[in-house]
Amino acid sequence: MRAPAGSISSSIPPLQIEALVKRFGQVTAVDGITLELRNGECLGLLGPNGAGKSTLIRSIVGRVIPNAGRVAVFGSTANSAAARAALGWVPQELALYPRLTCKENLEAFGRYHGLAGSGLQQAVAWCLDWSSLQDRAGELAKNLSGGMRRRLNMAAGIIHRPRLVLMDEPTVGVDPQSRNRIFEMIEKLHGEGTAIIYTTHYMEEAERLCDRIAIVDRGRIIALGTNEELVENTFASRSQILARFTSPDGGVSAWVEHRGGRLVDSTAEFTVERPTEIAGLLDDAARAGLEVIDVSLRRPNLESVFLHLTGRGLRE
Amino acid sequence: MIFAIIRTAMVSLRRDRAALALSFILPIAFFSIFAVIFGGRRNSVPKITVIVVDEDRSHTSQRLVQGLAREGSLVIRTRPASKNKDTQPPEYTAATAEAAVKAGDAPVALIVPRGFGENPISFRGGQDRPTIQLLNDKSDMVAWQMVAGLLQKVAMTSMPDVMAEQGSKYADRFVGGFTREQRKRMDDGLEQLRQHEDAGTPTEENAASDGPSSGGIIAVKARAVVGENKNNPMVSFYAAAIGVMFLLFTTSGAAGSLLDEADSGTLERVLSSRVTMTTLLTGKLAFSTLLAFSQLVLMFVWAWAVFQLDFLHHIPGFVVMGVCTSFAVGAFGMLLASICRTRAQLGALSTLVILIMSSVGGSMFPRFLMPDAMQKAGLLTINAWAIDGFTKVFWRDEPVSHLWPQVLVLLAIGVVLFVIARRIARRWEYV
Repeated sequence: MRAPAGSISSSIPPLQIEALVKRFGQVTAVDGITLELRNGECLGLLGPNGAGKSTLIRSIVGRVIPNAGRVAVFGSTANSAAARAALGWVPQELALYPRLTCKENLEAFGRYHGLAGSGLQQAVAWCLDWSSLQDRAGELAKNLSGGMRRRLNMAAGIIHRPRLVLMDEPTVGVDPQSRNRIFEMIEKLHGEGTAIIYTTHYMEEAERLCDRIAIVDRGRIIALGTNEELVENTFASRSQILARFTSPDGGVSAWVEHRGGRLVDSTAEFTVERPTEIAGLLDDAARAGLEVIDVSLRRPNLESVFLHLTGRGLRE
Repeated sequence: MIFAIIRTAMVSLRRDRAALALSFILPIAFFSIFAVIFGGRRNSVPKITVIVVDEDRSHTSQRLVQGLAREGSLVIRTRPASKNKDTQPPEYTAATAEAAVKAGDAPVALIVPRGFGENPISFRGGQDRPTIQLLNDKSDMVAWQMVAGLLQKVAMTSMPDVMAEQGSKYADRFVGGFTREQRKRMDDGLEQLRQHEDAGTPTEENAASDGPSSGGIIAVKARAVVGENKNNPMVSFYAAAIGVMFLLFTTSGAAGSLLDEADSGTLERVLSSRVTMTTLLTGKLAFSTLLAFSQLVLMFVWAWAVFQLDFLHHIPGFVVMGVCTSFAVGAFGMLLASICRTRAQLGALSTLVILIMSSVGGSMFPRFLMPDAMQKAGLLTINAWAIDGFTKVFWRDEPVSHLWPQVLVLLAIGVVLFVIARRIARRWEYV
């Protein structure tokens, strides 16, 4: 079941952001972001805390008035009636009515989106099915488990069957089983052609769900592309060597830094042009008097890209 | 260890402004309000307004009225307050005075009948004396009894010549009369007494008044012109007074859902749908109004069922006043919720404001027993206007058309508070 999206044409990109700027006093939260979402695409939005992701999402929803730039949802200005109808938002918070049942919550949000009568009942039934909450339809939201509440939170965001859905960390605080169920829900939605913007701190989620990934830092998009493109563009053919030593004291740290690597959680990371460089690295460690416990070679992944681009320093 | 616990508690309290306000500001505010109400300050002792109609217009009746006017605890009115400076309204008649008491302009009206001057006082309590009528509002049980007592006292202190003359008449009647010489001396003495009294008697002497005396020398007949058929004079008053106070608490609590929704993120989600902030606040105001009206219905039906309040004959007036009051208190709740940042803040602020409003506005203590200044201050509250309106309906049996001042003020209060709340709520709309 899909609700009609008004007069919005499918040839228009679901989302166009042009030179968006938002400042809060002296702080520039969004600094000239330009982005276009393709039809039916799932775009991952990654970034450290405070990078500007939430402000960007809230600008798309129309909750933030930008200082400059433009946001268009299927060609309509953000916060316009057409944009609101075409857009679904799943906030990170459990934005539900705790004393209403699952069904009543869905009905309430459906009515807020203009649904009524049999259309509303069909939408509620579809959402309960999509979120696997049919047998919990009469349960108060406050009595649901964390995973169920997350699923209901998502269902409430798409009750009006929008063609663009913004999901803000929808798997926070849920167990692996619930997370997997949520992935399946998102994949079903994606499979039906819904465009999705998905913000997360979990790299494996972005790798699994997203067609393209945008890494945001300090209010800007610093990398954009598919998972493979990001790795290729950041590391090219380089590989990573991971090594652990018996006594990761100050001597190890100094040596790792001297060799151009980084020490993360007692593990030294080195980026090398060729895998054969591993032999030279081990010889050098032995000469420095360091005893290696284990060593591995790996192809850089999204997390490598993310940490490489955003750094390892704490942001908060 | 104990010191550490005290220190932690003190730091927490210092940073909780709401708790601080409840701990220190509310008691002081309450104390001050009740100190003023109960006459803690000398210049704010309440006075009783008495409408006086002198139908007799004799020398004696005028002396009586002048004597009453000199009483420090009474405000004597012989004609309505002038609405413009150039024309003076006509003096009260018995009919207009009764209407004025019914309308609540004064709690007591005193009608001095024709012929009073010919036979003003009696030492026997017989049927021969003319009777002064004391028209009163039954809801104010104190005022008319105080006026009745003062009337007897004034007769004793302001008309000694009349008393002496009446005494001589009794002597004539029962002793067989005075000789011509005795009569002449008596008349000379009475004339001197009249001249002395006409020259004026110091007010201070009259200010010290004893309480009302039963079986006094002036015949007085009290008649309730308001509430004469009411079973329980204060039930309708307290149904409205207590009702309004709790409506204020209920609606501020209901409006607090706005803060819960803002806190949980639900508000943002709702505002990202087709619902605008104006629509949302209007919906919440409508709900608060309905909730408050239901509460009022329950309160008055309970008063009808248990305390014999005549509810069924006053339903139109009740509906008009109930809807207007509910609307005003609903908007009041919306304003408080929009001002506050958290539920805790709302709880503290609403307790503070509502209790102060209720004490000044007459929900805890009838306004007509308060000093003038407090009565006027009460008009700044929703409580006062609502209670006045319900009193008109249930106590004075006034028609619905007479409720227009209360209706207008309550609706205006509701609209103004809602507009302010809407403006303040902009902080939730956009960043």
